[in-house]
Amino acid sequence: MSPAVGSLATMLAHPFMRNAFLAGTGIAASCGAVGYFVVLRGQVFTGDALSHVAFTAALAALAAGFDLRLGLFGGTVAVAVAMGFLGRSGRADDVVIGSVFAWMLGLGVLFLSIYTSSSSGVNGTAGVSVLFGSILGLSTDAARIAAAIGALILVAILGIVRPLFFATLDEAVAEAAGVPVRVIGIGFLALVGLTAAETTQAVGALLLLGLLAAPAAAALRLTTRPFGGVALAIGFAVAAMWVGLTVSYLFASIPPSFAIIATAVLTYAAASARGATVPGIAGLRRGGTRADGAMEQTHV
Amino acid sequence: MPGDSMNLFTYPFMVNALRAGTIVAVVSGTMGWFMVLRRQTFAGHTLSLVGFPGAAGAILLGLSPALGYFGFCIVAGVIIAFASPPVGSALYSEESAVIGSVQAFALACGFLFVNLYHGNLNGLTGLLFGSFLGITSAQVLSLLAVAVPALLVLGLITRPLLFASIDPEVAAAAGVPVKTLAVVFLLLLGIAAAEASQITGSLLVFALLVLPPATAQVMTGRPLVGIGLSIGLGVAVTWVGLALAYYTPYPTGTYITSLSFGAYVIARGAKLLSERARTRAAVAPEGAVT
Repeated sequence: MSPAVGSLATMLAHPFMRNAFLAGTGIAASCGAVGYFVVLRGQVFTGDALSHVAFTAALAALAAGFDLRLGLFGGTVAVAVAMGFLGRSGRADDVVIGSVFAWMLGLGVLFLSIYTSSSSGVNGTAGVSVLFGSILGLSTDAARIAAAIGALILVAILGIVRPLFFATLDEAVAEAAGVPVRVIGIGFLALVGLTAAETTQAVGALLLLGLLAAPAAAALRLTTRPFGGVALAIGFAVAAMWVGLTVSYLFASIPPSFAIIATAVLTYAAASARGATVPGIAGLRRGGTRADGAMEQTHV
Repeated sequence: MPGDSMNLFTYPFMVNALRAGTIVAVVSGTMGWFMVLRRQTFAGHTLSLVGFPGAAGAILLGLSPALGYFGFCIVAGVIIAFASPPVGSALYSEESAVIGSVQAFALACGFLFVNLYHGNLNGLTGLLFGSFLGITSAQVLSLLAVAVPALLVLGLITRPLLFASIDPEVAAAAGVPVKTLAVVFLLLLGIAAAEASQITGSLLVFALLVLPPATAQVMTGRPLVGIGLSIGLGVAVTWVGLALAYYTPYPTGTYITSLSFGAYVIARGAKLLSERARTRAAVAPEGAVT
């Protein structure tokens, strides 16, 4: 941990802060882009469920003696894809989601108790860091991998951005126009799973929903332009990450995950106070339908 | 800890755990049934998590955790009720973004409070995953004192609430105060979540709120039978879960969630099989003609 009051000038001289900024930027950018579509598609509850799956999967790997990240990424992406197959065109029923993740949490508690009773105190805080993140504790290698995965998610989202917008705003028309709606829905959920696993390393399984939903919802409040909205969501998420890391560096008693989530949520509160007249999601959806889903006509 | 079944009732802590578990299962089984009917699982999940910062904040200020649980859950219930646009309106997906942000912020606050309290990590695990074993008789009484009025209020509004949940538009046209009922219901749901949080911990409340009611609704569409079934299932899994945890080294929460999830899967499977059998029976005569 940093000293009680650090100075801004020397902040980036610390290797753990450099690692945190490197990993945090990649993580926040992918969260902003994926989160924009999560909110637009009304899948915030699915994101919530996947965050709890991330907790259980990470602890399962620890209990079995594997690397935490193996369980985290493998388990979360697998459950995300399964959810996509179970639900109609890649959207699952919320009572089913709730039932599955209520059970997942019960399993998580089991793995936590197996892990803490088998390991000798040294890693006794593993459960806490999975739940609430440990971005200041990342090694240089781990930070580089996190940044690379973040960049990969961003590229994947940008690769499918047009059909994804089309399938989200007007599913029926998109399907009629030959867009593979179901494949895109499942592929998108896999990306949400990947993002959830990735973000768990930074702010923890319990808090990642804030970084996924708040910057995106703020962007949707301020603009109805689709591509501008994605860019704004990424910007808000990265800004929240940087501000949060800086605040927690300056005030040692404030944990970084709290500072990051508080900044993101305050941004959303400010955006919804200022942008109360912008039609938000309703306007974007109406606009998209009126243009027959042809995003290119209205916004390029 | 091997022992015969009499041992289950010899220790006062076990008797208190069973009493508290029963009260919690009855309250969550009833409130949860309406929550599943109204499709408010996400709001219910958030209400159950909000108890964590409440309790952590109360401990930080030197107050009783119970005060924090009830205070935060009730306030959050009212906020969600007033901030949410009516279900089915165009802004629906933004409503879930509001709930999600509130939830993440509340949990982040809880983590901050625990940190400011100089990181008693055992306390943190207790708040999140509960402790069935340290329940006092006074706690059981206070659970009962809140549960009885909450259930009475729900009993008084059952008819209009059912009407408003099943067909809000017709109910509103018939003069039922749909918005007021929604606020009162979320208030009651908050109380149920706060009750259960004190026993099961914030992360596992949701299992008792969603799993037995969802199972009951798969099995029957009749309201009173369904609520009874939901309560019965909740109490049964809580008792069996506590007993299993008593005899084995694994946590109570795992048993309760796994047993309820098992019941849910069996109910879904049985319904699927009986529906298939019915369609086969309906198709068979035509097959006989050709």
